[in-house]
Amino acid sequence: MSEPAGKISVHCTVNGRALILETYPMARLLDVLREQARLTGTKEGCGEGECGACAIEIDGALVNSCLVPALQAEGTKIRTIEGVATENQLHGVQQAFLTHGGAQCGICTPGMILAAINLLARNPHPTDSEIREGLAGNLCRCTGYTKILASVVEACRAAQQATEPRP
Amino acid sequence: MEPRIIGTSVPRKEGRDKVTGAARYVDDISFPGMIHGLTVRSPAPRGRIVNMHFDSGIPWPDFTIVTAKDIPGKNCVMLLIDDQPALADGFVNHPEEPVLLLAHPDKYLLEEARRAVRIEIEPSAGVFTIADSLARREIIWGLDNIFKSFRVEKGDVDSAWSSAAFIVEGEYETGAQEQLYIEPQGIIAQAGPAEGVTVWGSLQCPYYVHKALLPLFGLPKDRIRIVQTETGGGFGGKEEYPSMIAAHAALLAWKSGKPVKMIYDRAEDMVATTKRHPSRTIHRTGVTRDGKLLAMEIDFTIDGGAYQTLSPVVLSRGTIHAAGPYECPNVRIKSRAIATNAPPHGAFRGFGAPQSVFALERHLDRIAHVIGLSPEELRRRNFIRKGQTLAVHQVVREQVDLAGLMDRAFELCEYHAKRERFTHENLHAFVKRGIGFASFLHGAGFTGSGEEYLASEAALEVTCEGRVRVFAGSTEMGQGTNTVFSQIAAETLGLGCDQIEIAQPDTARVPNSGPTVASRTTMIVGKLVETSARAVQKSLLDSGLLKSNYTPAEFNAACAAYINVHGPLQSLTKYQHPCDLHWDDERYQGDAYGAYAWAVYVAEVSVDTRTAEVHVDDFVAVQEVGKVINPILAAGQIEGGVAQGIGFALYENCVWQQGRMINGQMTNYIMPTSMDIPPIRVFFEEIPYERGPAGAKGIGELPLDGTAPAIANAIAQATGADIRRIPITPEVLLEILESVHV
Repeated sequence: MSEPAGKISVHCTVNGRALILETYPMARLLDVLREQARLTGTKEGCGEGECGACAIEIDGALVNSCLVPALQAEGTKIRTIEGVATENQLHGVQQAFLTHGGAQCGICTPGMILAAINLLARNPHPTDSEIREGLAGNLCRCTGYTKILASVVEACRAAQQATEPRP
Repeated sequence: MEPRIIGTSVPRKEGRDKVTGAARYVDDISFPGMIHGLTVRSPAPRGRIVNMHFDSGIPWPDFTIVTAKDIPGKNCVMLLIDDQPALADGFVNHPEEPVLLLAHPDKYLLEEARRAVRIEIEPSAGVFTIADSLARREIIWGLDNIFKSFRVEKGDVDSAWSSAAFIVEGEYETGAQEQLYIEPQGIIAQAGPAEGVTVWGSLQCPYYVHKALLPLFGLPKDRIRIVQTETGGGFGGKEEYPSMIAAHAALLAWKSGKPVKMIYDRAEDMVATTKRHPSRTIHRTGVTRDGKLLAMEIDFTIDGGAYQTLSPVVLSRGTIHAAGPYECPNVRIKSRAIATNAPPHGAFRGFGAPQSVFALERHLDRIAHVIGLSPEELRRRNFIRKGQTLAVHQVVREQVDLAGLMDRAFELCEYHAKRERFTHENLHAFVKRGIGFASFLHGAGFTGSGEEYLASEAALEVTCEGRVRVFAGSTEMGQGTNTVFSQIAAETLGLGCDQIEIAQPDTARVPNSGPTVASRTTMIVGKLVETSARAVQKSLLDSGLLKSNYTPAEFNAACAAYINVHGPLQSLTKYQHPCDLHWDDERYQGDAYGAYAWAVYVAEVSVDTRTAEVHVDDFVAVQEVGKVINPILAAGQIEGGVAQGIGFALYENCVWQQGRMINGQMTNYIMPTSMDIPPIRVFFEEIPYERGPAGAKGIGELPLDGTAPAIANAIAQATGADIRRIPITPEVLLEILESVHV
């Protein structure tokens, strides 16, 4: 679909960096992030909001970026998978996915990790069924979700251990 | 010596890049001047191409347009044979068949252009079902619509019927299944008469693509180069189809002189690319009074779609697995792959076996019911044992204890107690519960003499810094090739995994290790890696530059010294077929596979009899797979395969209309989510296989075979429903439930 309207400037913060994106207002935020901001960690799996491979956080809310028009990003704070690890330190959820087999082919992994982080921000101690429900919008064809669940459980445990005062 | 690295869950080699989003998949790559390509496809299932209209309003001169006439070499996508054209030339044989290619720098305009091309077809009658194809309602392929047929004979089936106390018959069907890797298919190509053709893409088998492009361009081997990029799942779906997309991208690049990227969107990927072959199996089985299998007659048919592609090979595996891990003196299996006017069906994890194993394992439960034995007792009396012969006359030489696997699985899920309890509780419940199982085998590696013909190679070299590089054509697509090869090389060389590098599969750099399919990568190619590592180690030891019981630092120093004195240190190993494995292609008899994995899977389900919805509540998977090289990766293979098997059994329903899939979206083709999957409890028995690396056998496809029949048998136990086909959607189950008056 060509965009008859002219391009607009969208001001937003992506992974802590202020960006001005020159884009058509109805361009998919997924494409703008991948092609203009060159943040290719966000993936397209289905283009219709079913698979969650393109999940990102906008102002702390988990969204499928394939369904978000670029103009909606105006004035927002966006986090993509590239903004999760700091320097050389993986986020606890990333580390858990790496250690416990939560990633296989890796294509759902960015979205899945953001979904898990988003879930844990809202609910730091989810039950098994709360994790299943929290990740139900992110499809994985490789793992049968078993090791993903184990990774999230492990990330919770590690986070809890880290915050507990040492004897 | 105790292994240090084999048997430990070393983290995935490329895992860090995957969890940080740094891993580069094909759509994440772009080249200067790159333009986008797409495919215009046939709107009709079969007929003559009368005309191609280009509507006005599109700046056509700005587009690169390719038709069959632009192909520099032969118009085919070479696989086993050359019957499939890269672009239809004058006639189409299935819906969505590629007819014309377009390329342009603006992908939005390109999409508009696609809609502005109209392919006019003068329709011919098509064939859309197995029955119509077998009845030769129209001849659409060859002389008889048959791509391939096999006949397996053991003993004397015809004479056996008269001594059977029971004869049980049954017909079973399985539906098409979409691989549904989350990364859609995609290729980038660069091509020109001077430079040759280079392809980067999401693919399983670089050398398949290489072979396909040779006749298409008529170029020498060294002018075609295929590079695998990070691949977001394959499951067979990226075994043969990437050759088609590579052909298209390369043709557009050849004509435009620019790099061309072709990425399928989900809808195109689902309607146009391969799926698991739909199947029909007819069983007739004679059983003695005490429950011994006496005669099995099996008629197995798969729907191959419009071109032959890999159907003969899929049929072969399905045929060989059709009689299962049971001893039966008289067996006849007749099988065939037939043509219909649908897009070709293709490789999908399990490769024919999930279809024929579903039929057999449902049939055995029905036999047990008829003759008044429990399903487990019937199998126990017929399990194959070491020294006995399978249907294809293969004498089982490995240690096998299916009864032991079954006992362990039953204990882990309290099978007997649950079966009894559910039977009692179900009497007065709307939600009925059931528990069922399947026992099965899966052969690892290419069938019969396949590995001998492949003659795969893998190589290993060391650098003067002591870095170790593995060169293999085997691809990583999530299943763990990189990690497993690192572990095998590190273990053999006495190093850490970090010291091992796996070269990117690139036909200009790596030898042909055969395709990454058939549960063969660890067992066959892993062994070549192990042998190469051993040879390099021996060179270092024999040179006197390295003493045994060395440290990594001493190894590094020895590499530097060796290379300084003798030059590069590398070793290439070619597959040697064991001389005691024999296969007769004519009679379809012999050692079908070097090794088998053996398994018993148990599924527990609940069925809401008001909505006919099924949920799998618990799943226990017990298997003997030789030595497990990486427990987390191995369990991950089984868990993921079981989840795909749950989809195959319950949810994944391709809806066809005149050869076209009409639910080609993730919104209406339903794969399991985290809410649909039970705890999958995986257990390994490990009996080292002497010819596998560190004793390993193949496991990748195994879990697809037994999952669906275990679930179907559990539903039958819960409801009394006589399940004959999958997927068991609520609509299908409701119809059966109404007929049994639950």
